[in-house]
Amino acid sequence: MTIYDMTVCIRAIGAWVIDLLAEMGRMFIFLMNAIFTVFRPPFKFRMLLRQIRFLGSKSMVVILLTGSFTGMVLALQIYYTLRKFGSEAMLGPAVALSIIRELGPVLSALMVTGRAGSALTAEIGIMKITEQIDALTSMALNPVRYLIVPNIVAALIAFPLLTAIFDLIGIYGGYFVGVKLLGLSSGTYFSQMETFLKLEDIRVGLYKSLSFGVIVSWVCCYKGYYTGYGAEGVSKSTTSAVVLSSVFILIWDYFLGTILLR
Amino acid sequence: MKKIDLEIAVGFFLLIGIFSLAYISIKMGKLEVIGGKGYTVYAQFAQSGGIKPGADIQIAGVTVGRVTGIRLDKNYEALVSFEIDEGVKLQDDSIASIKTSGLIGEKFVQISPGASEKFIAPGGTIRDTESAIDIESLLSKYAFGKI
Repeated sequence: MTIYDMTVCIRAIGAWVIDLLAEMGRMFIFLMNAIFTVFRPPFKFRMLLRQIRFLGSKSMVVILLTGSFTGMVLALQIYYTLRKFGSEAMLGPAVALSIIRELGPVLSALMVTGRAGSALTAEIGIMKITEQIDALTSMALNPVRYLIVPNIVAALIAFPLLTAIFDLIGIYGGYFVGVKLLGLSSGTYFSQMETFLKLEDIRVGLYKSLSFGVIVSWVCCYKGYYTGYGAEGVSKSTTSAVVLSSVFILIWDYFLGTILLR
Repeated sequence: MKKIDLEIAVGFFLLIGIFSLAYISIKMGKLEVIGGKGYTVYAQFAQSGGIKPGADIQIAGVTVGRVTGIRLDKNYEALVSFEIDEGVKLQDDSIASIKTSGLIGEKFVQISPGASEKFIAPGGTIRDTESAIDIESLLSKYAFGKI
């Protein structure tokens, strides 16, 4: 290996790190720009309403399905584990706590990423490559205000509500399996849950879903806004938006969990 | 027509979402939306033994209220405030004691009714209290033979 080969190697590493840092900086500036624009009138309520329908109302069916089956499979699995210790009475709290603290926010965020986040990136990306965003700018209309801010605010409203629906449906899914199929008494399932569940737990879930809302709308809008050239660029940025959002959600979930658990 | 569809979809989603959130917080998280459903009484304990706000208060096994706050008073005793449901009257010689459900279960407050004619007014104090039983010290007494 010559000196020249080594320089090429080092240069490649350097280029990669610089690209990464530049990308992170661009993402951060993008978010800050959006956050400053949120508080500056005029507000686009119509756009906000449209995005709430897109992110929230249309995700409800998916959330209902995943929520009920998550609760059901959780009840099934936890029941067989608890039966070994003869403490089936703890089924209610175990299902409720794991759904409200962890699975509800994370799974609903992942589902919305897959259903709405990818579509968001594709939509903004196509607007970018067909120069509609440039057209907005040339008409002195702020594209961030028209396209990005409604999405972020809509996600902040929609995510906690979707998570709440997921939680409720999941707990009743667990109730269905635990009480109707596995023969637990219905009083045990709910009374034990009320003893163990604190308002604190619900607040943790709420904080998580709010931050996931910011993450998903931020990453998906960013990826669409800075998409590459042509159809290939849009398809690439859609893929990377979904992957990056999901990875961010899971990593941030761990760190938020350690901070909030204390 | 298109406009109404949008508004109905959003409104429907918001209503269901807010309902779920409210149901979970009130039914399961015991969030107090309407205060003043009961009245407050206080009790001093020499040892509060890890009771927490939100713990149940029971008479004869029936939940009649919950603990709302714990702080240290001037005599270095724990001053615990209870919120008792409206309609449940406590005699002024009632005894409040901190109990544990099971060996390692949740702490709760049990009130044994007295026989007095007088009732404790809102904001009053339960004078007779029994501290939490410290299972560890009982065990160590047993183990080292001090009983």
